[in-house]
Amino acid sequence: MLYLLLEQGLNGLQYGLMLFLLAAGLTLVFGIMDVINLAHGSLYMIGAFLAAAFYQHLENYLAALLLAILATALIGALLEQTLYRRLQKMSHLSQVLATFALILIANESVKIIFGAQPLMLPVPEMLYGPIELVEDELYYPRFRMLIIVVGVLVALGLYLLVNRTRIGMWMRAGASNPGMAAVMGVRIQPLFTFVFALGAGLCALAGALLGPLLAVNVGMGESILIPAFEVIVIGGIGSMRGALVGSLLVGMIDTVGRVLLTLLLKAVSDPATANSVGPTLASMAVSLLMVAVLYFRPQGLFPARG
Amino acid sequence: MHHMKKIALGCAMLLAAGVVPAADALKIGMMTTLSGPASGLGIDIRDGFDLAVKHLGGKLGGLPTEVITADDAQNPDTAKQITERFLKKDKIDIATGVVFSNIMLAVAPAFIGAETFYISANAGPSQLAGEGCSPYFFNVAWQNDNLHEAMGKRVQDQGIKSVALLAPNYPAGKDALTGFKRFYKGDIADEIYSKLGQLDYSAEIAQIRAAGADAVYIFLPGGMGINFIKQYAQSGMMKKVPIFAPGFSGDEDVVKAVGPAMEGLYNTTHWYREMDNPANKRFVADFEKETGRLPTLYASQGYDAALLIDAAVKAVGGKVDDKAALRKAFETVKAPSVRGEYRLGNNHYPIQPYYLRQVVKNADGSVSNKFVAKVMDAHVDAYAKDCKM
Repeated sequence: MLYLLLEQGLNGLQYGLMLFLLAAGLTLVFGIMDVINLAHGSLYMIGAFLAAAFYQHLENYLAALLLAILATALIGALLEQTLYRRLQKMSHLSQVLATFALILIANESVKIIFGAQPLMLPVPEMLYGPIELVEDELYYPRFRMLIIVVGVLVALGLYLLVNRTRIGMWMRAGASNPGMAAVMGVRIQPLFTFVFALGAGLCALAGALLGPLLAVNVGMGESILIPAFEVIVIGGIGSMRGALVGSLLVGMIDTVGRVLLTLLLKAVSDPATANSVGPTLASMAVSLLMVAVLYFRPQGLFPARG
Repeated sequence: MHHMKKIALGCAMLLAAGVVPAADALKIGMMTTLSGPASGLGIDIRDGFDLAVKHLGGKLGGLPTEVITADDAQNPDTAKQITERFLKKDKIDIATGVVFSNIMLAVAPAFIGAETFYISANAGPSQLAGEGCSPYFFNVAWQNDNLHEAMGKRVQDQGIKSVALLAPNYPAGKDALTGFKRFYKGDIADEIYSKLGQLDYSAEIAQIRAAGADAVYIFLPGGMGINFIKQYAQSGMMKKVPIFAPGFSGDEDVVKAVGPAMEGLYNTTHWYREMDNPANKRFVADFEKETGRLPTLYASQGYDAALLIDAAVKAVGGKVDDKAALRKAFETVKAPSVRGEYRLGNNHYPIQPYYLRQVVKNADGSVSNKFVAKVMDAHVDAYAKDCKM
């Protein structure tokens, strides 16, 4: 029982940190550039496909991962320069329409280039199998452990970048008041390009890390986009800290909540019902949390604009 | 008055019998899942079907055959649109191909309503096998419960004391676990339903570990099974709580994706690759030659669907518009099959034996399925008795 909760806690942490990689980019683009980017999930898909494609040629996971991040960041920078710069001046509705179109274009292009069938990205040999955390009681897959470690390191790195560097200062300034930041001498256009490329790179990192666990397939971006948006609404748009707290909350509620609710339901009904209702309630709980946050604290838990 | 009616009826019958000419071509509507995580299933059904048409010289039942292929993308709404197109625009004669039962249930009423014969090469939902059976719906593969029932019996016979169950939350998932429990009488340590199309099974794996069962029975078709087994192997659970599965989750597509970690997995089927009959030998050799893949259950079902259509259309002399005669032909014709002999029961679902396979390591280091034993003989599904047509 204790070990089940511990294992689910680790699962929640792993899921939350992956959500964070996506939400971080989403919240920055939304907060700093004021662009609603529905196609953020497509960058995650593109990153995963590139990682799988690079892996097939190089047979080296680490190299494939780094190349995928670089290439996706480059695609992100290009998209910002050509498309998002224009979208920025338009209404949110136009942005939603344009980026939705981008999702369709990305899905079809990936289908044409890589085929409609999922690609396989194998787990590196040395990371295969579980680690024994508590003798005979608690095992955890090495690869998921790696994801947690990378997630924590990236969170730390982003924290330092945003709070301890000049470029981070510009980003914070841009998020709290872009107009004022520009007037005060922040070169806002290159900053936008950088932020967008950074977000794209984080997407690719998430895609390449999840690739070996899940299959790499067309449309994988849409399913993760909704929780990522929930995260930034809960955390507060434009706030890195909000994205981290929101991601971990959503991750934990979804996995640990699922077990707890199922266990509770088992006390009052048969296991089959408990097992189908529990997970549904857990994903509802995430949406309920979002509704509660919107009601009591519409600006999110850690708003970027004071 | 009475006589008048009889005469009118007689005339109508004569007219019906006299007017129906032999068609000069046959149009088959092949709607299946060709994209997304479960695309492997549909691709195998399609390739199996196409191979049979090729073996028969491009003709089914002696009629030049056009197979119109469409991708339902595992989406019931897309499937409904395609069905509409098949019936109204393409004017197909016979339809086949659907993989998933939720899609089958979404489109079956349209085919049945249009009195178009549907020969399912996979989906065999209980809803269409019992009270809801139809003169126009046939299944050449199995009723959804069957492979699960066979494994339930096997696990029971093997004396395994407690089992955890896992299936997706959709019609065939429920059918699967119901089927397993119909023949397994031991302790059910946990019964878990996951989301259809779910990719990450970390939470379910933790639950299975906590359930402390001696074995786990899973029904996770397509990409779901690949992901689950990959993640399960990585959690180090394969040896501790062995997996038992229906043929779909232990088939060659899964073996190819998961690799040596699959070794030892037991699964039940109605067909296996080494089956010793001429039809099967030709099918296995040519399928591998054409596609470069080992044939799966799905491929064998696609192939057999085409053989059944061929035999039935031949039996009515190509008069596919004579629905009553064609129905009779589907019901009674002895179609050749790669699985050896089978027949269709009163509800149009197969009555056939079921077998046990195991994934084993070959001499060259690769892994693939091997026949172990026969589990059931001439098994009739549980819903047939409720079918009145």
